Amino acid sequence: MTRARTLRIDRIACTGHGLCAELLPELVDLDEWGYPVLAQAAVPARLESHARRAVAACPVLALRTERPPR
Amino acid sequence: MNSSAPTPSAAYRTTATGTPAGARLLAGWYDTGRPADLNEHLLRYGPPPVAMARGHRHSMPLLRAVEAAGLTGRGGAGFPTAAKLRAVAARRGRAVVVVNAMESEPPSRKDQFLLAVAPHLVLDGAVLAAEAVGADTVHICLPRGRPAQYQQLHTALGDRGRAHLDVVSLLLHALPHTYVSSESTSLVRWLNGGEARPLGNPPRSHERGVARLPTLVHNAETLAHLALVARYGPDWYRQTGTSDEPGTTLVTVSGAVAAPGVLEVALGTPLATLLDGAGGPTEPLRAVLLGGFAGVWLPAGHLRTPLTRHDLAELGAAPGAGALVALPRAACGLTETARVLAYLAAHSARQCGPCRLGLPAVAEDFAALAAGRPDPDLLSRLHRRTGLLPDRGACRHPDGAARLAASALRTFADDVDHHLTRGACPNAHRPPLLPVPPAEPPEAWR
Repeated sequence: MTRARTLRIDRIACTGHGLCAELLPELVDLDEWGYPVLAQAAVPARLESHARRAVAACPVLALRTERPPR
Repeated sequence: MNSSAPTPSAAYRTTATGTPAGARLLAGWYDTGRPADLNEHLLRYGPPPVAMARGHRHSMPLLRAVEAAGLTGRGGAGFPTAAKLRAVAARRGRAVVVVNAMESEPPSRKDQFLLAVAPHLVLDGAVLAAEAVGADTVHICLPRGRPAQYQQLHTALGDRGRAHLDVVSLLLHALPHTYVSSESTSLVRWLNGGEARPLGNPPRSHERGVARLPTLVHNAETLAHLALVARYGPDWYRQTGTSDEPGTTLVTVSGAVAAPGVLEVALGTPLATLLDGAGGPTEPLRAVLLGGFAGVWLPAGHLRTPLTRHDLAELGAAPGAGALVALPRAACGLTETARVLAYLAAHSARQCGPCRLGLPAVAEDFAALAAGRPDPDLLSRLHRRTGLLPDRGACRHPDGAARLAASALRTFADDVDHHLTRGACPNAHRPPLLPVPPAEPPEAWR
């Protein structure tokens, strides 16, 4: 069984552009200053392509997905 | 804090009450009433048993002893010491050991005190840990602004050098003294030539830390315990404390107690006994602050709770680095908390959104609440903003501030009502109790 990928935010790099919340609203919300709030870190299979797009769209490369360590 | 004198006799209780039974780290201090220089240390303990720390990384006697002892970190997080040692020992090649003696919690003095009265116990632990993980360098990190402490350790290291006691080299550093510069990644970043501000993960320090080498960062007190476990073994270590959380721990008791100071107590000692050990409350108490500025306000009704992670977890609290402050009934917990939050906001590293924007906003709301000048949305806004701080920073600074704010709203719920509906309570105008440094940004990060 493959394990779900998880979202990871580099909180120092993040400057609150908010594109992740626009492209992946199922998993990412924004606080009142535009910084991401994760509803959950695990990315369901059906959202994987959306997650990839959100990762690619982040202008400061602060968003990534990774396989959790075994 | 700019206190420059670690001389224990001036600031702390002396041996007037005699040697408390079961003192370990402080046994020498209780016996003699003076800091132990190298001669005295060697007379009492002999040289560090480095042979214990040699051998294969899985079967090495020291690692097995620390594991069997159940020693946990005394810097606040309470992580099993053996697991950290093992993680670094398991990496290939040379490693580095860092002694974290930054002690940035303003109500905590225990590491400063320990280093003043038994510096060589801490240094022995560092040397043993270095041997165990294959390090040839130990970095000792102190905060700037304590020149007397720096000088004393400089002398201690000189004495060890002349005695040819250690194979590893021990280097002393004075780092910018900010609240978050004590975070282990801040130390690693500074030692690598950067600013003493926390880093996010990965890579974790045990994988790639100082000079890109596997790096073990331990609190000063943790290493002193390790030095004793190496000498006397796990069975001795487990003779006190609870079976799940054995051993002793240092606590700093302050606030409304007759004799504020540093005590060594068995884990599992009730909080009320800690207060009694510091002379007892000087007036009826409303609450205690446990775990420092990143800690939790506990109502006085919980004072019979034993000092263990297990018992305190049920109350949403933790021993942290063992700082306990007694708040009298005639004090305003909201005002005290507002001052702390303002300081925590000013001392954040300003790297992540929650610390740059969320924490100052929470501090501002709390100040309005403490002053009894709330707007109609204040309480719900404060709850929402506080709830959005945890788990959203590179380090745990916003989590700690949120924990403190949330516990204040719980523990001082009656005061919250008063401040919301009738303005600040009379106690809000009393002189403040907690030792809160000015809420100004740090002067330097490098």
